[in-house]
Amino acid sequence: MSEQNMTAVSAAQEAAPHDSPTAVTARRRRLRGRATILSIQAVLVVAVLGSWELAARQKWIDTFLYGQPSGVWKQLVDWFEHGTEVGSIWQQFEVTLEEALLGFLIGSVAGIVLGVALGRVRILAAIFGPFIKLFNSIPRIVLAAIFALWFGLAIPGKVATAVVLVFFVVFFNAFQGTREVDRNLIANARILGASPWKVTTQVVVPSAFTWIIASLHVAFGFALIGAVVGEIIGAQHGLGLLINQAKGNFNPNGVYAGTVLVAVMALAAEFLLTVLERRLLAWRPSNDRDPESGL
Amino acid sequence: MTQSEATPPIELRGATKRFRTPDGSTYTALRDIDLTVAPGEFCAVVGPTGCGKSTTLSLISGLEEASTGTVTIDGRPVSGIDRRVGFMFQQDAVFPWKSVLTNVAAGPLFRGAAKREAIDRSRDWLRRVGLSGFEDHYPHQLSGGMRKRVALAQTLINEPRILLMDEPFSALDVQTRQIMSDELLDLWELTRPSVVFVTHDLEEAIALADKVVVLTVGPGRVKDVFPIELPRPRRVQEIKFEPRFVALYERIWNSLRDEVRAAYSRTAGEAA
Repeated sequence: MSEQNMTAVSAAQEAAPHDSPTAVTARRRRLRGRATILSIQAVLVVAVLGSWELAARQKWIDTFLYGQPSGVWKQLVDWFEHGTEVGSIWQQFEVTLEEALLGFLIGSVAGIVLGVALGRVRILAAIFGPFIKLFNSIPRIVLAAIFALWFGLAIPGKVATAVVLVFFVVFFNAFQGTREVDRNLIANARILGASPWKVTTQVVVPSAFTWIIASLHVAFGFALIGAVVGEIIGAQHGLGLLINQAKGNFNPNGVYAGTVLVAVMALAAEFLLTVLERRLLAWRPSNDRDPESGL
Repeated sequence: MTQSEATPPIELRGATKRFRTPDGSTYTALRDIDLTVAPGEFCAVVGPTGCGKSTTLSLISGLEEASTGTVTIDGRPVSGIDRRVGFMFQQDAVFPWKSVLTNVAAGPLFRGAAKREAIDRSRDWLRRVGLSGFEDHYPHQLSGGMRKRVALAQTLINEPRILLMDEPFSALDVQTRQIMSDELLDLWELTRPSVVFVTHDLEEAIALADKVVVLTVGPGRVKDVFPIELPRPRRVQEIKFEPRFVALYERIWNSLRDEVRAAYSRTAGEAA
């Protein structure tokens, strides 16, 4: 009994650590640490952009080839105020986002379903394994050209490129995650009465999710690559098209401005995925989710 | 009544288990095991490392199939996992992504109970193992002893007639283990399933069981069976000082000692 009471007390302390004086000073120290890191980061950004701008103004580098930060800013303002040659900037943003999101969703759902299925059913893995390895060995960016032939300049070609890029990343993680599920957990679920389907949905998928979600971070980046590369090869709208046009017009500032917008999109998606990850993996010990512990 | 006496809940006859090793040869884990467990009997199995104690449990549970010989539950051969069986594993096998409440409710839910009913029964069992108030915690937020209680409730909620336990408390410190053993005995008295409790700890085996089975060094065979006629209810902590306990310990240790030495010299030989 006493062991139980002691653990109850320590669990209660874990649950509400906020009001003790040591916790307050610890939090204050952490905030101060954060402020220091943020200010160093700001200094770094200013130093890099500032020296680039300075180099451009002093004619140390050729702005015709390398552009300059103030020119990128002007380009962005121009796009947002007056639109682009192919329509409003928001439309381009939306088209690229739509292609990337669709590619991401289709590719990751297919990757998860097939990865778990092949991980669970050995005969499927034996049959399809060689084909998947074969397709995986194709440099998938070249497929963008084939999809451009098939689908023309419209959205589906870009989605298809994004799908093939996303699928393999997610597939291999889902497959490996399924294979690494603790045998004890599966045995326990079976003894408790779980059917093979319930073992899959209630044990294998939640357990493999740590692997799967790690691949989703990379996968959205790949979806964006697929969309943008598809647009560069041939499109009517999209950020990739803007970048390609700017390149054709010898406008490096336009290339950078397009790149900045793609990066903003990627960061926003990364943020949303992190929120989703924390929600779905709330059961993990909290030190795994410490935002300062890694990238 | 005569029916149940005639057909014991658990019976192994000449059960042998061979595994194929990765290099293609076969490894015999168990050889010609004969074991009978009566209704409501608490049977402890002791033996040296690698003698096939855990394999015995796999055969009874249906997780593994015997290579030769028969394994029967209530007189019928085991084929696959049986609803009447509960199994508590050596390692933590509670689901880390489920709360304590849904972990314990998992068994009834897997077996098709209504959600409301499963949750009510889960609360009931959590109270019985002293974990009321921890329903919404995740396993990683609990101590090792508390996780074992979750595992115990998770197993017992299915009301198994046969309870298999594979060194369930071996990861706990000595004090917690004794507390858990007492709680196990109290819970066992409630429904009185037949138990096969595997352990390498002879003291634990005698304190808990009605019968201690000694296995030989692997491939395991039954070497001796000792009835433990100590009165119940027992308190694990105190029973160890009774003269009868000490006498039993000496007798069984005499049987077990040679096997432990043989197993040790074997692993020491491999290491050298």
